[in-house]
Amino acid sequence: MLQAVGLSCRRGERRLFSDLNVKVERGKLLAVVGENGSGKTSLLRIFSSLLPPEDGSVRWEGQDIHQLKELYSGHLMYLGHLNGIKDDLTAVENLMSSMALAGEPCSERGAKEALEAIGLKRLVHRLPSKVLSQGQKRRVALARLWLSTRPLWLLDEPFTSLDTASTAVVTQRLHAHLQREGLVVVVTHQEIALPAERLQQLRLAG
Amino acid sequence: MSHSSMWDSISGIIRRDLLLAMRRWSDAAMSVFFLVIVVSLFPLGVGPEPAVLRTIAPGVLWVAALLTCLLSLSRVFTPDYLDGVLEQMVLVPQPLSLLVLGKVLAHWVISGLPVVLLSPLLGLQFGLEGEALGVLVLSLLLGTPTLSMIGAIGAALVLGVRGSGLLVALLVLPLYVPVLIFGAGAVTSSMAGIGGEANLSLLGACLVLSLFLAPWATAAALRIALE
Repeated sequence: MLQAVGLSCRRGERRLFSDLNVKVERGKLLAVVGENGSGKTSLLRIFSSLLPPEDGSVRWEGQDIHQLKELYSGHLMYLGHLNGIKDDLTAVENLMSSMALAGEPCSERGAKEALEAIGLKRLVHRLPSKVLSQGQKRRVALARLWLSTRPLWLLDEPFTSLDTASTAVVTQRLHAHLQREGLVVVVTHQEIALPAERLQQLRLAG
Repeated sequence: MSHSSMWDSISGIIRRDLLLAMRRWSDAAMSVFFLVIVVSLFPLGVGPEPAVLRTIAPGVLWVAALLTCLLSLSRVFTPDYLDGVLEQMVLVPQPLSLLVLGKVLAHWVISGLPVVLLSPLLGLQFGLEGEALGVLVLSLLLGTPTLSMIGAIGAALVLGVRGSGLLVALLVLPLYVPVLIFGAGAVTSSMAGIGGEANLSLLGACLVLSLFLAPWATAAALRIALE
């Protein structure tokens, strides 16, 4: 269970939100929505522990994440709006090295299967990522969803530059994760096609 | 977390950085050419007098090694910062300072080791021979990892700052002074016949100290850069 207690966040002179309380149970997806600049990404970064909140705390299974430190990172998969992939490496190399870095190394075969699951054909696996389109790069980054065994997924605009087919595939993957008692927080502007009992929405006023 | 996953993370980062350096070998080659050219400029400017060249050799070679390391610092963290890999690194369930140590090690292999390997040739060009040449190689072998360690702190501190290239030079060069003094001093004293052991020991001490303190300071700076 992920819980935010009395969170407030200030970027520069602007207060983005204050005294924010929200609770996400296992098996649920929290969609964070709101206008541009309302603090959605900042909230996600606070959840990931990249950004310390000005006030309040985030609790994972009842414990403050700033006390858990690296233990918390072991439960977490974070995908920011940057893809975290290297232009000079191929899709397979990128996926394998980001999984190894995360401490969940995968085989070359596993990486290829994940890339195919998200609709990247074999032809594309061997190309350096700099020649891929934005949507294809996003898919290389999202292929980690097929390999990660972490319970908590934090995704910043995962559907950006994806086509409708890939959006559906990723949504299905999120659904499977929720069915295995996983937990997802998504920053998005889109409707997510999931059953209503799985969805929870948080609107930031901005 | 187990030791094996810690090793997975660190070796993963080293392997990836080395692979990237191989894909972009021209960057590393340019550093090496820079070193050779800087070192070759001195005989042209000072004149071909062998005695003079031998006297200035330790200083020239060490300053050139220092500048070469400085030039490559922008490649340590900036690309990772721009493409989001740094965020992933900070969120790895391992101490960030250990990952930093892996990155610095990879940086040294890419930019420091070629300097060490090339130094005997450059030393010969200045008329160094025998023991002095050996001490030069040894001093660089002990000194260049320290340069990478200290440089990483500077590179992390200036992440995301405008005009960071010059700023990192201003930050890091004063910190390089002790390494320069001990490194060039080792070669000079060996040429004078009093042996370079004392200076080499001091270089070793600098290396140990930087191995302990630099990864921790760099990790702190990286976290601040990402906030």
